[in-house]
Amino acid sequence: MSAYAAPLKDITFLLRDVIGLAQITQLPGCEEVTDDLLTPILEEAAKLATNVLSPINRSGDKEGAKWNAGVVTTPAGFKDAYRQYSEGGWSALAGPPKFGGQGLPHAVAIPVSEVIGSANMAFKLCPLLTNGAVEALVQHGSPYLQDTFLPKMVSGEWTGTMNLTEPQAGSDLALVRTKAVPQADGTYKIFGTKIFITYGEHDYTDNIIHLVLARIEGAPEGVKGISLFVVPKKMVNADGTLGARNDVKCVSIEHKLGIHASPTCVMMYGEDGGAIGYVVGEPNRGLEYMFVMMNAARLGVGLEGVSIAERAYQHALVWARERVQGRPTTAVPAALGDKPKSVPIIYHPDVKRMLLTMRAYAEASRALIYWTASCLDIAEKSTDAHEKQTHQALVDLMIPIVKGWSTEIGIDVASLGIQIHGGMGFVEETGAAQYYRDSRISTIYEGTTGIQAIDLVGRKVGREGGATSFVLIQEMEKLLPLLMAAGDINLQAFSKVLAGGLREFKRATEWVALTFPSNQGAVNAGAVHYLKLAGTVCGGWMMGRAALVAAQQLAAAKGEGRVDTDFLKAKIMTTRFYGDHIISLSTGFSEAIITGAESVLQMEEAYF
Amino acid sequence: MKILVPVKRVVDYNVKVRVKADQTGVETANVKMSMNPFDEIAIEEAVKLKEAGIATEIVAISIGATQCQETLRTALAMGADRAILVETAADIQPLAVAKLLKAIAANEAPQLVILGKQAIDDDSNQTGQMLAALLNWPQATFASKVTIANGEAEVMREIDGGMETVAIKLPAIITTDLRLNTPRYATLPNIMKAKKKPLDIVTPESLGVDVSPRLKTLKVVEPAKRKGGVMVANVAALIDKLKNEAKVI
Repeated sequence: MSAYAAPLKDITFLLRDVIGLAQITQLPGCEEVTDDLLTPILEEAAKLATNVLSPINRSGDKEGAKWNAGVVTTPAGFKDAYRQYSEGGWSALAGPPKFGGQGLPHAVAIPVSEVIGSANMAFKLCPLLTNGAVEALVQHGSPYLQDTFLPKMVSGEWTGTMNLTEPQAGSDLALVRTKAVPQADGTYKIFGTKIFITYGEHDYTDNIIHLVLARIEGAPEGVKGISLFVVPKKMVNADGTLGARNDVKCVSIEHKLGIHASPTCVMMYGEDGGAIGYVVGEPNRGLEYMFVMMNAARLGVGLEGVSIAERAYQHALVWARERVQGRPTTAVPAALGDKPKSVPIIYHPDVKRMLLTMRAYAEASRALIYWTASCLDIAEKSTDAHEKQTHQALVDLMIPIVKGWSTEIGIDVASLGIQIHGGMGFVEETGAAQYYRDSRISTIYEGTTGIQAIDLVGRKVGREGGATSFVLIQEMEKLLPLLMAAGDINLQAFSKVLAGGLREFKRATEWVALTFPSNQGAVNAGAVHYLKLAGTVCGGWMMGRAALVAAQQLAAAKGEGRVDTDFLKAKIMTTRFYGDHIISLSTGFSEAIITGAESVLQMEEAYF
Repeated sequence: MKILVPVKRVVDYNVKVRVKADQTGVETANVKMSMNPFDEIAIEEAVKLKEAGIATEIVAISIGATQCQETLRTALAMGADRAILVETAADIQPLAVAKLLKAIAANEAPQLVILGKQAIDDDSNQTGQMLAALLNWPQATFASKVTIANGEAEVMREIDGGMETVAIKLPAIITTDLRLNTPRYATLPNIMKAKKKPLDIVTPESLGVDVSPRLKTLKVVEPAKRKGGVMVANVAALIDKLKNEAKVI
């Protein structure tokens, strides 16, 4: 089992030198977020990830969460790890200061979350869901709900869940059937079954605060009749102590492909007279409230793609350096001997190509998510109305892309990780398989890739005629001459490939904008291709930005040891690879988007 | 009671150390640096004494380049109250460190100085002992258990034959061994607070200490490459090799 080392060099390079921490520090409430704070926060989070969370990742996968008569026990070490996580104040990192949080921006919270997720994805889901529930209560909860629940949820003393899905209501929440019956005291009695509830029951904390979508008796049909409720596992007395058990229980947990340590629960509400719930905000606006916080949640799930990609890459790299197999076909270092019969597999070009693909995807998706997180900070906190609005538009456009694309490439990278291991990757002992199994859920929950793609081509691009996309494309085009002028042959080559990618992205965007009003079906048929094209090109833009800074830093150092030459050169080479091997796929995507609809639409259901 | 804890910024223990091409030392440019692990143990012990109500103030001290401030911030995040950096670009050897600490001790009048038993970069294992001599204070080195009561420190020490317990009068010097405690992780709120804790910067000159090196490094080289192992046929062959080839028995 390889150890996980947080990629702090790349993380700080991106935040400080490429995206620019300075613009975040200028935002109100972020004045403290300076370089000298960022480094210790990341280093300490990395320690927790490496020393506490990573060592129980494999054992947690093998042991899995256990259910017995309504009680869920997490695998050995997880409860203690959660205690260390919350006592260390990490739960409260992004929480509002009013309720005990540190109020740090997304641009800091996202890298910390990446590191935690790389170390142990199944663990990270609990804080992720809690943060979502906190966000919902911060935005829409009554003062009573906020004061009763938020301080302990922010501190991590209690956790939160999101109860959306029901057996008949998955991607289509209009079908939600859970019922809420108004009571004389203003509360509601909740009745129904919710499935796929992540950490719906566990042994980390004394109380669990469920946020539940339900329909108040007599509410309109469809999405306009759904309300959001707080349903605590244990009632909270007026003095803050815990009272009686509420009528909610976990009746079973799922047996899953991956994230075994994370209990995925079937929750039963109201089997014994009704679970007491408090309505959040106004009745019938529950779905709307859920969508408001969906941006942050989708960013968080997209990040799982980055986390898994990084972890799988590190794991495969160790193997590729250790595994000796096969005669080299290229020059190898003299230390390996004269004409060696077999060499570490990292010297084989195809293995190198796979490693580079893994690395390039991990770095590009990381950069894209960090940039999106910084846009979200500006959209939320800027005092300049124009800046706020343009960044919100960018965030809205980028969310489905980073969620869909990063998780898709996360799976691809984890799969390559197994491939590099060969047969040893297919057996569980080497650990490569776990990353693949764990990553598989990330393209499904919080909106499948298909749902993200439809959101992208419809709500985000189609509905506004591609306006924000064209602004972004123009912005990305500005990088091309800078890359050409940087005096580095690799960047010049990359600039040409990126220009081609941008051309295809523009062509596809024009087609989507033009076609969407008259033929939504045709656009939807290639929507996932469009999402992948967008991720590929935008990720390439961020790689180009990073490589440009790397070239500038190398030039400024003039060969003196003030900069990390190996890191900067690797960034430039990885960028060039990203262009040649990944952006070069753009034409295939755009062709499939523009010409591929007919073959999908004409195939009749009966022919299958 | 005030406790001084000197902390050293060293190459992180996870880094594979490389010798500089010109053999003047090891490569430290662009290498991850951290607090010397034995010093982390020293800080942890001081923080525990403060939590137990025995210590009232913990002052962390570092000596070296301006980046040592990061190491001091780590100490502050772990629970030190304030910090002093003796900023210098000079090559600082254990005797100079001990002299600087003596000068600071004269200003601060601590009851206890807790140091790591050695730093993992040069493994000198000298500073604590030298400081005790310069201050003429009692010392208990290689501590694996510390109890403070009635103006005395009872210290269990790790020695070759096992454990030895000594009692020393305060003020005193204690140096830490690995098993004394497990250093805590800094919490996020404490990392944020550490930024606001006082950190004073002084120089060897302002302390009136001559830090010029007394030892000269002639050359630094990598250890000899490990030779491959061999399978021996039996115990007799092993003993023969240990006696005649390795000459260890």
